[in-house]
Amino acid sequence: MKNRKAKNWFLMLLILSLFLLMACILAVCTGSAGIPVQKIPDILINGEGTVEHSILFSIRLPRLLLALSIGGALSLAGVLLQGMFRNPLVEPYTLGISGGASLGVCLNIIFKWYITLGVIAYPLSGFLGALLVIAIVYSISIKKGDLKTNNMLLIGVMISFVSSSVVMLLMAVSHSEDLHSIIFWIMGSLDEPNMILVRISIIVSIAGLILSYFFCLDLNALALGEEEAIHLGIQTERTKRFLFIIASILTGMSVSVAGIIMFVGLIVPHFMRMTAGPDHRILLISSFISGAAFLTVCDVISRTIVAPLELPVGVITGIIGGVIFIYVLSRKQVSL
Amino acid sequence: MTEAILEIDHLSCGYGTKTIIHDVSLKVVAGEIIGIIGSNGSGKTTLLKSITNIVRPEKGKILFQGRTIPSIPRNELARKMAVVGQTVEPAMMTVQEYILLGRLPYFKRYQFMETKKDILLAERYMALTDTDKVKDQLMSQISGGERQLASIARALVQEPTLLLLDEPTSHLDITHQAQILGLIQRLNQELGLTVLMVVHDLNLAGEYSNRLVLLNKKNGHIYQIGTPEEVLTEKSIQDVYGTPVVIEKNPRSGKPCIFLATQNTI
Repeated sequence: MKNRKAKNWFLMLLILSLFLLMACILAVCTGSAGIPVQKIPDILINGEGTVEHSILFSIRLPRLLLALSIGGALSLAGVLLQGMFRNPLVEPYTLGISGGASLGVCLNIIFKWYITLGVIAYPLSGFLGALLVIAIVYSISIKKGDLKTNNMLLIGVMISFVSSSVVMLLMAVSHSEDLHSIIFWIMGSLDEPNMILVRISIIVSIAGLILSYFFCLDLNALALGEEEAIHLGIQTERTKRFLFIIASILTGMSVSVAGIIMFVGLIVPHFMRMTAGPDHRILLISSFISGAAFLTVCDVISRTIVAPLELPVGVITGIIGGVIFIYVLSRKQVSL
Repeated sequence: MTEAILEIDHLSCGYGTKTIIHDVSLKVVAGEIIGIIGSNGSGKTTLLKSITNIVRPEKGKILFQGRTIPSIPRNELARKMAVVGQTVEPAMMTVQEYILLGRLPYFKRYQFMETKKDILLAERYMALTDTDKVKDQLMSQISGGERQLASIARALVQEPTLLLLDEPTSHLDITHQAQILGLIQRLNQELGLTVLMVVHDLNLAGEYSNRLVLLNKKNGHIYQIGTPEEVLTEKSIQDVYGTPVVIEKNPRSGKPCIFLATQNTI
């Protein structure tokens, strides 16, 4: 049984890794200036100084790395939160983190903090907004040392509504150029990434995967309910706290770097639960890989479908992800 | 008398401001099967939950093998004490995966996969509980009774010294009731497993328990502790449940058998 399970998991990871590799090649080769696959090794070795080399290293690779890390981080956050709350409708943005980040960025745009702080003002204000929401949700939900997950969910949803309303209020009273910046940021984009931010997002998402993997068995036990997990020796309070912090940081980082990219954290974990099974030992890694690949493919579509114009990647993730998900669900007759 | 494995000392507990159990004391000796009986709302489940530290005591304390429950690390407690709850979550995992979760307390730090011993134990208890036939089915796709059996197998895989059961046969047919309680009795006799079980069916409680604890809803106290013959009397049932009954002896086991004293039988 153990061998069969390990074999299945290995096969699953192999298929997903191949899918990821194909997505990466597609992302590197596709764009307004097409680069043939067979030319890539030559560009990498002898191409310094050429236009293709600079397109590859200055535009496509940073964007690819950002798509991989953000896609992986959002899917991972989705798996962690769905597992922790035992609720398939929870996604990284449910807890109001995106609302907080949007509010932070809105304030940055309206009060023009970016003039003094530079480009970093966008992710910084977004992250501070997300952190503020995390702190509020956490401190209200914790009672006598116990993290009440139902309270947390309700408070998160409420804070999300409040912050969305404040964002709409700010949009209503802002100038048209500020309004355009806010809308563009809210729709999410992987365009023109700063290399420091790309590095940060790679480190945060991989660290998130490694740290959360230590809780994969706890998540399996939590699927039976908190009481039963306690009977199996799980430190449920400690686990919930750690998972909440990991998922929040992953989401906060993603939102502040790339804006609000919807559906990745909801659809990918569902899809992987249907194909790889509910065991978090495989679910965490497989969701991370497929989330990375999914966002990369969506990003390629977003920048090529109406080229030379570019669509917000969040629009593509929503349409493609939603349609595929509904199709798979209706074909397999799978219950959530 | 052998030393007590579990000692409940003047325990009072409940939920929020409502105290359910008042000043309850009980000593469970290793190797005993104790049945907890009482009417609905008398605190049977609350008593089990306080033993597993889900419900914290308001007064009094509970000692397990001489140590207070909160002082025992959760992992260690799960290796010594297993619980079968009233309801079992219809989780999206196979029966075998569910039963193997019972080995989690034995996982070492940074161990992610089950050992050969874990799998052999799971197979053994799946065979004993008749769940091997549905081992590849999802927990959400099997019947409530089968889920209950899987839950018992999961608890046994924990290799506990003390097994706490909250109405273990509530969803089972008569064959499986006898099979599960017979299995528990056999494990008790062969391995010395101590069992504390909440049972609604007074006949089953009397048949399979060495001692019975009758809880009284009216004051939250224990009405009586003793052998089934001592506890299951017409007077005690009338006092606690408010229902007239007739008690006879089971012709095979000699244990008390309870019949409702309806108009036809009076």
